[in-house]
Amino acid sequence: MTALTPNSYRSGPDERGHFGEYGGRFVAETLMPLVLELERAYSEAKHDTAFQAELNGLLKHYVGRPSALYFAERLTQHLGGAKIYLKREDLNHTGAHKINNCLGQILLARRMGKTRIIAETGAGQHGVATATVAARFGLPCVIYMGEVDIERQKPNVFRMHLLGAEVRSVTSGSRTLKDAMNEALRDWVANVHDTFYIIGSAAGPHPYPEMVRDFQCVIGNEARAQMIKAEGRLPDLVVACVGGGSNAIGMFHPFLDDRDVAIHGVEAAGEGTATERHAATLSKGAPGVLHGARSYLLQNGDGQVLEAHSISAGLDYPGVGPEHSWLKDNGRVSYYSATDTEALEAFGLLCKLEGIIPALEPSHAIAHVMRAAPKMAKDEIIVVTLSGRGDKDVFTVANALGASL
Amino acid sequence: MSRIAGRFMELGERGRAAFIPFVTAGDPDFETCASIIEKLPEMGADLIEIGVPFSDPMADGPSIQAASLRALNAGMSVPGVFELVRRFRRADDATPIVLMGYFNPIHAYGIDRFVTDASAAGVDGLITVDLPPEEDAVLRVPASVKGIDVVRLATPTSDEMRLRRIAKEASGFLYYVSVAGVTGTKSFAEADLQNSLRSLKRITQLPCAVGFGIRTAEQAKNVARFADAVVIGSAIVQRIAAAVTSEMPSASVIAETIGFCKMLADSVHAARQISVVG
Repeated sequence: MTALTPNSYRSGPDERGHFGEYGGRFVAETLMPLVLELERAYSEAKHDTAFQAELNGLLKHYVGRPSALYFAERLTQHLGGAKIYLKREDLNHTGAHKINNCLGQILLARRMGKTRIIAETGAGQHGVATATVAARFGLPCVIYMGEVDIERQKPNVFRMHLLGAEVRSVTSGSRTLKDAMNEALRDWVANVHDTFYIIGSAAGPHPYPEMVRDFQCVIGNEARAQMIKAEGRLPDLVVACVGGGSNAIGMFHPFLDDRDVAIHGVEAAGEGTATERHAATLSKGAPGVLHGARSYLLQNGDGQVLEAHSISAGLDYPGVGPEHSWLKDNGRVSYYSATDTEALEAFGLLCKLEGIIPALEPSHAIAHVMRAAPKMAKDEIIVVTLSGRGDKDVFTVANALGASL
Repeated sequence: MSRIAGRFMELGERGRAAFIPFVTAGDPDFETCASIIEKLPEMGADLIEIGVPFSDPMADGPSIQAASLRALNAGMSVPGVFELVRRFRRADDATPIVLMGYFNPIHAYGIDRFVTDASAAGVDGLITVDLPPEEDAVLRVPASVKGIDVVRLATPTSDEMRLRRIAKEASGFLYYVSVAGVTGTKSFAEADLQNSLRSLKRITQLPCAVGFGIRTAEQAKNVARFADAVVIGSAIVQRIAAAVTSEMPSASVIAETIGFCKMLADSVHAARQISVVG
């Protein structure tokens, strides 16, 4: 062990919300008292057994947890290397991992006496999950969504409407996820007295990155136990896609101190990291400050935030959760990327070999597995998060493949 | 004594509030903006706030968002902002200049390099919207070495304990955000504002400026009766936007903007005289 290796990778953040030099609370003063109030409320709830019991009950009976850890036999045979297990977050109620976090946050909102819910969404999965829990708890809900994303994720927009949420189109900036987050922050600052902002990614000001991670750790905790049950040991490699990074941190965190488990995050390379059209923040960005935290950021030399690009709306974000930045710098997690084309190929492969239509986001993780598995021995094991199902993406995929619906 | 402290002392002796206009650097273009800023002191600006444009201005309403975009599209950058200030300083060494913006452009430029270049250009203060007291030491400490004030914000959500914390390490002046909201979108209740200012004055010796919700000469006059300074941004920026949209020549954009500023300045400066007479 070198002097620089921490005793545990799981002890962050510190009391100021920092993971090493990342994270923090870079918000307008108007929001600071709320952010501090949220931190206190979350810290109390975290240690309240009644809160945890209610959350666990909902995860079991409403979401349908635990989600399956599924051995992808035909994909394994096809790639001819390591055994591949899929953590089936796509089987959750609402079709993605986002609901895990939304339930935790809405219980906290109710505990804090907040009566109005807002959220941002990219692919619409977080918007749908937020609209779902808002309906379940009878709270009015406003979802901010970029105009561009509304166009490419129409099925999810309609689902949010069905669930009673108001979807507000965001027309500023690049009209995608980052701008939806700006607009949600503007709403929050103007409605501080009654509004709870459910952030969907492991990003934003402290305590969001920690809180979202904790609520998503159910993915990794279950996967770890299920793997031991299935194979009697831990996997050799854990893989997840990274946009803001919530499914990834939830999967990775429980494995961080298992030194023999390699961990790979996969970003969206869009049209290629050599082009300007990608969303590979950790691979190609530099540390900066956006949306409340210091983290890697796609930006120009003047500190202006660049527009990200990915075929997957959920990965189309120029920032990333601060804990990922810390895990990149200390080397515990390695970050790779997959292009739009590679993700589409992985999407098609999983449909044909396993009868599973994955979302485009985890298709990036599958694309990485397609590269990694053949190089590994047949007795080695990979666990990959299948963070959501692809129903929402059929129009995008049809468009990319030149098919008309 | 810093330019900011000197200016507030001088105004205090004359018993009048300061008028602080805000314009976004490089809006709608460098030359027009430079001419507007150059003429602001003779129109009655006591201090000048210059917005450093940012791609993601989370605390700003539509007017200043649009101004940032106009400026960025016209090529404005951090070195451009310093050039603007240097140009202003050639003719005016007295009017304090405060830069207002977000942290990332400063972070990307390099904090030490930023405060060094800002100081050399003639900048007197920095307001960095997304650097609350919990995070501002990284900028405040190197800025103070260069004699630059880091102006802190107080808001309607700050309770007394929080106000004390804010006031403790603030310098230059305190900026009271009159509404819980983004710039230029809401209005405040005057009685609430006056009470808030009273609370603030009890815990700080620093001058207290008010901004974020003041749009008209009438409002400016009323606030100037009890605040040490009145900041007006969105309403001025909207004048620039309207002039640009109607495709006025640059000279008219300048005349329109400074004319509006003069009217605001006159209201602010007349406020306490009226109050005494009335």
